[in-house]
Amino acid sequence: MSEAFVLSSEFEPPAADPAGVRPLAAAGPGDRGVIVKVTGVSGAEEAVAAEELERRLLEMGFVEGARIEVLHQGLFGRDPIAVRVDDTRVALRRREAGAVSVKFDGR
Amino acid sequence: MTSDIGVAATVSDTTRKTAPLTPARVALVGNPNSGKTALFNALTGSRQKVANYAGVTVERKEGVLTAPSGRQMRVLDLPGTYSLRARSPDEAVTRDAVLGKLAGEAAPEALICVADATNLRLVLRLVLELKQVGRPFVLALNMFDIAQRQGLRIDLERLSKELSAPIVTTVATRKRGLPELLEQVEGLVAAQKPEAESVWREPTAAEIRAAHAEAQRIFKACVKPPERPDTVTGKIDSVLLHPVAGLVILLTLLFVMFQAVFTWATPAMDGIDAGFAALVEFTNAHLPQGLLTSFIADGLIAGVGSVIVFLPQILILFFFILMLEDSGYMARAAFLMDRIMGGAGLHGRAFIPLLSSFACAIPGIMSTRVIDNREDRLTTILVAPLMTCSARIPVYTLIIGAFIPQQTVAGFLSLQGLVMFGLYASGIVSALLVSFVIRRVFWRGAVEPFMMELPTYRWPEPRNVAMNLWTRARIFMARAGRIILPLMVLVWVLSTFPYPPEGATGPAIDYSIAGRLGQFLAPLMAPIGFNWQMTVALIPGMAAREVAVAVLGTVYAVGGEDGETGALSTLLKNQWSLASALSFLAWYVFAPQCLPTLGVVKRETNSWVWPTVMFVYMVSLAYLAAFVTYHVAVALGAG
Repeated sequence: MSEAFVLSSEFEPPAADPAGVRPLAAAGPGDRGVIVKVTGVSGAEEAVAAEELERRLLEMGFVEGARIEVLHQGLFGRDPIAVRVDDTRVALRRREAGAVSVKFDGR
Repeated sequence: MTSDIGVAATVSDTTRKTAPLTPARVALVGNPNSGKTALFNALTGSRQKVANYAGVTVERKEGVLTAPSGRQMRVLDLPGTYSLRARSPDEAVTRDAVLGKLAGEAAPEALICVADATNLRLVLRLVLELKQVGRPFVLALNMFDIAQRQGLRIDLERLSKELSAPIVTTVATRKRGLPELLEQVEGLVAAQKPEAESVWREPTAAEIRAAHAEAQRIFKACVKPPERPDTVTGKIDSVLLHPVAGLVILLTLLFVMFQAVFTWATPAMDGIDAGFAALVEFTNAHLPQGLLTSFIADGLIAGVGSVIVFLPQILILFFFILMLEDSGYMARAAFLMDRIMGGAGLHGRAFIPLLSSFACAIPGIMSTRVIDNREDRLTTILVAPLMTCSARIPVYTLIIGAFIPQQTVAGFLSLQGLVMFGLYASGIVSALLVSFVIRRVFWRGAVEPFMMELPTYRWPEPRNVAMNLWTRARIFMARAGRIILPLMVLVWVLSTFPYPPEGATGPAIDYSIAGRLGQFLAPLMAPIGFNWQMTVALIPGMAAREVAVAVLGTVYAVGGEDGETGALSTLLKNQWSLASALSFLAWYVFAPQCLPTLGVVKRETNSWVWPTVMFVYMVSLAYLAAFVTYHVAVALGAG
């Protein structure tokens, strides 16, 4: 269980981090880690505003500190992906997963 | 096992007053997949009423029950949501109902927040939002038997204190914990605490984070992780969500479903058909010949029959859909189909409405309400009638039977079956193409995010499925009946008046408004190879596609009321060229030959714009397709 809750509200585009932090969009089945940052900026053109996407992700349980594991992916373009966030299984597209940064700790 | 199902804590031990006369108003809120509807069914049984909320096309489900104390209660089943921050019309209803701001609805006196006891984390945040609203609520920890089986330990007393709300554990499917739940609700209603000021407003991202942190704290304080967590769902998913095997299984499932819809329903449909035909005959035989008899027999009885005949198919289709939904598979189907549908600019959730449209576009269009985004929803509505609905089957069967020789190709494939398949496939492909064009040309811009919980697999509860099936059937009959019946009457008027002159030789319909209109339009339809009889058949065929078969029987004066297809198909074979027949099939793939569908689109979109758009684009496509088909066929020598 995670203790750290990063309560940040400023937006920063997801940046490559040397300490194994990558956007969830780049992960494959079996990858697990801890969510370190959720923004509304997925890097793709979205139908909803950044603030809205961020809130939707948060409401589905994508929150800093949550444990995450990629379970499955679709056949075409490896999209969408199915992940486990803490105890909840959620399906989402890779484009939205771009707004979630995860510190991966191995397979 | 039963002993520890019950009341855990009470905050306000009831200061019960004498039973008031007016029924208490209670509303159910909760996450999707929390068993909220199962609880609603268990509480209210068959005493349910389904209608729409005033001014919006969101389904309003209300039931009446009598609490053990004798107190009457009206229970409202609100659409499931993760947050009071509404994103779809459904969720807006939930928010407004909870806040007591819903037009035409009295505010509920108490709320029942339904939570899946095995999946508390997300619902706790919703509970915190409810707390801000200030309306008294009780938390129902549903599916508590599963939680116990998993060895999940929940400190109910602590949780109740943290949330300052009473908690009752329930097992809706076994009707456990219901008296206790009602007792708590009654207590809340009777207490009539001066309502706390609602401090709820749309939370910002930072506030959602803070609420998550608070929910997480409460969760960790009150819930010990399960000793035997559910591993079945993961194992099933590794097969059903496998990139290749998952798709194969889904397609197999769909295939079985269609087989069932079409083969299981046939005896019942034939029975209904025969029953109504007999009724029409009986009416004609036993009532004096005249206008009134014709109206009753051909207008009303035949009209009702044309609606009811689809009931078996719709019941079977909804049975499958309910089983898939209740078991948790539907979300997986949306996951598997998302990319394929997304390529055409459709949302993964459009899968269910489009699937329903194979039986009938009307329930399909009604079920587009699950799609949050307006443009996604409109796109789905616009392409839904391109799915081959069952009303096209009588037309297809007649024409194919008459014109396509019964022979096998490649050794085992029936040519007739192949043509039928081709017609289905062209419907699907054109639906994808049309939505692609709509999303690329007319509504450019990014697609709505796709985010969906994949619920734990569960065995569907037969009682629950049966009750939901009954509700669906009632909704279909009521809505379709309200729209289709008047249209059938209208079509009867058009095809009956004016009467043929004395000594007329042709069939009566030739002299009616419909007949004249058909003959007037015939030159317009000549370029696509339609003769005037075909054109006349299209006009009553606007009421429902399959009516065209009966009308062809009438204009060619064969078969009588129920149009014997055997005789008719021989006749058509002599009267039509193959090119005309193929053109007629092509027309039927696209043409909006169904006023009820247009009526439902008007209702669902609250505007005449969308039915008009639908009519225009479908007629244009139909004309184009029939034109191309006719001329290609003629060029190949089939003229």
